[in-house]
Amino acid sequence: MEEEMKAMLDQIESLKHSLPNNTAIADLQRHAERIAGLEKCVPTRRSKVKDMSAEVVDSNPYSRLMALQRMGIVHNYERIRDFSVAIVGIGGVGSVAAEMLTRCGIGRLLLYDYDTVELANMNRLFFRPDQVGMTKTDAAVQTLKDINPDVVLESYSLNITTVKGFEVFMESLTNKKFHGSGVDLVLSCVDNYEARMVVNQACNELKQTWMESGVSEDAVSGHIQLLIPGETACFACAPPLVVASGVDERTLKREGVCAASLPTTMGVVAGLLVQNALKFLLNFGNVSPYLGYNALKDYFPTMEMRPNPQCSNLACLERQKEYDLAKPAREAAAKAKMEAESSSMIEYPVHIDNEWNISVVDDMEADISTSSKSTVSIPDGLVHELPSADGFQKPAFFEESSSTVDDLDDLKKQLEALNAE
Amino acid sequence: METWDPNTKSALTQIPLLTTRAGPRDGAAWTQRLKEEYRALIAYTAMNKSNDNDWFRISASDAAGTRWTGKCWYVHNLRRYEFDLQFDVPVTYPSTAPEIELPQLDGKTHKMYRGGKICLTVHFKPLWAKNCPRFGLAHALCLGLAPWLAAEVPVLVDSGMVKHKDDTASSAES
Repeated sequence: MEEEMKAMLDQIESLKHSLPNNTAIADLQRHAERIAGLEKCVPTRRSKVKDMSAEVVDSNPYSRLMALQRMGIVHNYERIRDFSVAIVGIGGVGSVAAEMLTRCGIGRLLLYDYDTVELANMNRLFFRPDQVGMTKTDAAVQTLKDINPDVVLESYSLNITTVKGFEVFMESLTNKKFHGSGVDLVLSCVDNYEARMVVNQACNELKQTWMESGVSEDAVSGHIQLLIPGETACFACAPPLVVASGVDERTLKREGVCAASLPTTMGVVAGLLVQNALKFLLNFGNVSPYLGYNALKDYFPTMEMRPNPQCSNLACLERQKEYDLAKPAREAAAKAKMEAESSSMIEYPVHIDNEWNISVVDDMEADISTSSKSTVSIPDGLVHELPSADGFQKPAFFEESSSTVDDLDDLKKQLEALNAE
Repeated sequence: METWDPNTKSALTQIPLLTTRAGPRDGAAWTQRLKEEYRALIAYTAMNKSNDNDWFRISASDAAGTRWTGKCWYVHNLRRYEFDLQFDVPVTYPSTAPEIELPQLDGKTHKMYRGGKICLTVHFKPLWAKNCPRFGLAHALCLGLAPWLAAEVPVLVDSGMVKHKDDTASSAES
């Protein structure tokens, strides 16, 4: 291609000499030279960068990110290279979240999805029509490694809800191949209740902090939620949609059976999700425990959710117990930190004169008498009106009559016999 | 439940309910649950046969009882349409229901997710959730798959998406 282009330019040059002062030939020559120039700049791929630099030059992919330090937002941006983030579900939200983290220079990304790219996905961002038919994880790796070759990308094309898939999922979250550490954060970007419950199960068992995201089937609202096992509500404690709208999460339709979707809503939710993830990882600003997005009214509700002491997930209950046991240590640490901070500050009176003798009184003493029965699960000042039930009432267990078969192989044979008839 | 037909309703009441809340990762408790699953499937199959309403075959294809395969069929205009049937027991079972698959119908109807998973979202999932852990695989077939076949097979046949096996054989010969 390059040689043909050169031959053509030579031909034009010789034509120009044989027919001097011809403007048409001069135009043709300029046009050909422009095309030759375009041809040259296409296949440049950037090489890996060893250290993130704050140097402000056009060729530094990280200069604008490192400027976050100079602006006083992030203390040590370069730490981002030590973090591993797992993204479950590489669809409208997950793929965009993956691209954002890649462009931010995240250390390692683990991508999970069992689906392939389809033309019906093209109303959303990230995937291109020429990737139709590829697995979503492979297509994502193809694009992401070109955008930022510094990121370690792992592609897992599997269904995490099956027993086998779940084993691989758990193993990949716990292995410490990367800088001797496992995964720092899991982002759930899946489109169905079953997969969310699986991510919830895995994270509760592994004590793994994760963030959940979702976009409604009518494409005009979404949410993100931070889940710290034992500390905040798990997904089985209170599914977010029930809390947000009173709709039962299980009746949610999925993409396949014609739910609506918009690149805008999905992009907004992906942006909120990755913003929260960056704040969590790089330790700046307030990490939102729950953030909703209502596109029709541009309403962004936030709230906090405590774990449900009657949660049906056993691993969640264990994490809750551990969190309660660690309470004294946690409070002591918080107190020590407060004291360290206050001692480092020089105290001076807020107001020089105090004409009305106003003083601030600690209200703890007054509180103690009223809240004699302190409960961990409700905020200060609230009391349960009804006695608490610590577990479900166990249904009366009636013994099977002795005549029923209680051997698995016999039962199998019985079913096979029925099947063979 | 008021929308269910009386036959489904009476069948449902006769399938034994399950008691153990255990999934495939729960060891001995899962074995216990598996026994209950078998009892319910045996009772349901036997009941169907005695009522002349036999419509599926299902058996575990691995020792752990996490993958199930078989056949199901539906009679429309006096002709029997048969399909392969398969599903995995999810790791979060029984909190989440199994996703029943009819792989031969993948791509033929939009009432289906990728891979031939039938849509259970509206008619079955809420019911399953309310009755966890008392419902098992037999209930999923009775309340999930059976109504789906009854609603979808006539549409698929009438629209020509699904051909009877005799028709496809003869058209291939000619």
